Amino acid sequence: MIIPFVIIGLVVASTVLACSYRAIVGPGTYNRIVAANVIGTKAIVILVLVGYMIERPQFIDVALMYAAIAFIGTIIIAKYAERGELCSP
Amino acid sequence: MLAIDVISTIFISAGAFFMITGTVGLLKFPDFYTRMHATGKCDTLGQVLVILGCVIYEGFTFISIKLLLVAAFYLLAGPASTHALMKAAYVTGLPVWKKGDKRM
Repeated sequence: MIIPFVIIGLVVASTVLACSYRAIVGPGTYNRIVAANVIGTKAIVILVLVGYMIERPQFIDVALMYAAIAFIGTIIIAKYAERGELCSP
Repeated sequence: MLAIDVISTIFISAGAFFMITGTVGLLKFPDFYTRMHATGKCDTLGQVLVILGCVIYEGFTFISIKLLLVAAFYLLAGPASTHALMKAAYVTGLPVWKKGDKRM
């Protein structure tokens, strides 16, 4: 029961490669932010699947922390792009 | 044991299918807003389906509770970040694609 995790992990990793096209050449700032957000989501999935592949459940804690950090980073970047500043005096 | 393996494989494959669909939408749609429309839903559903498949494979243990915590957190966080990005782009005046325009 390792084989499906390996196959799905490779498929999700190839979609990360496809998303990095939009992150590199995408026109404007917002397209790049969207691509980075999507890559963060797929990284959570890859972390969970790798934890099942090598049978170490500690990777799930890493995935939880990565989800929190990616969410906070996206919110902060959106706020900065909207207002032009992070905290008004 | 075999039935649980088959059911969890079906769930994980469905999640991978939704992720591929979201990626195709991100690459081929003509506008920022339509790209957010593709990825905001497909990625959330795909991630939750993959994690549900892992939970079914695991059974009821402490690890599956942590996996459900990841899924529940992302089910809240994904639409919230999508909304924040969309509102930021709309307030700063990013142009909206209409039918017949060029891709941007």
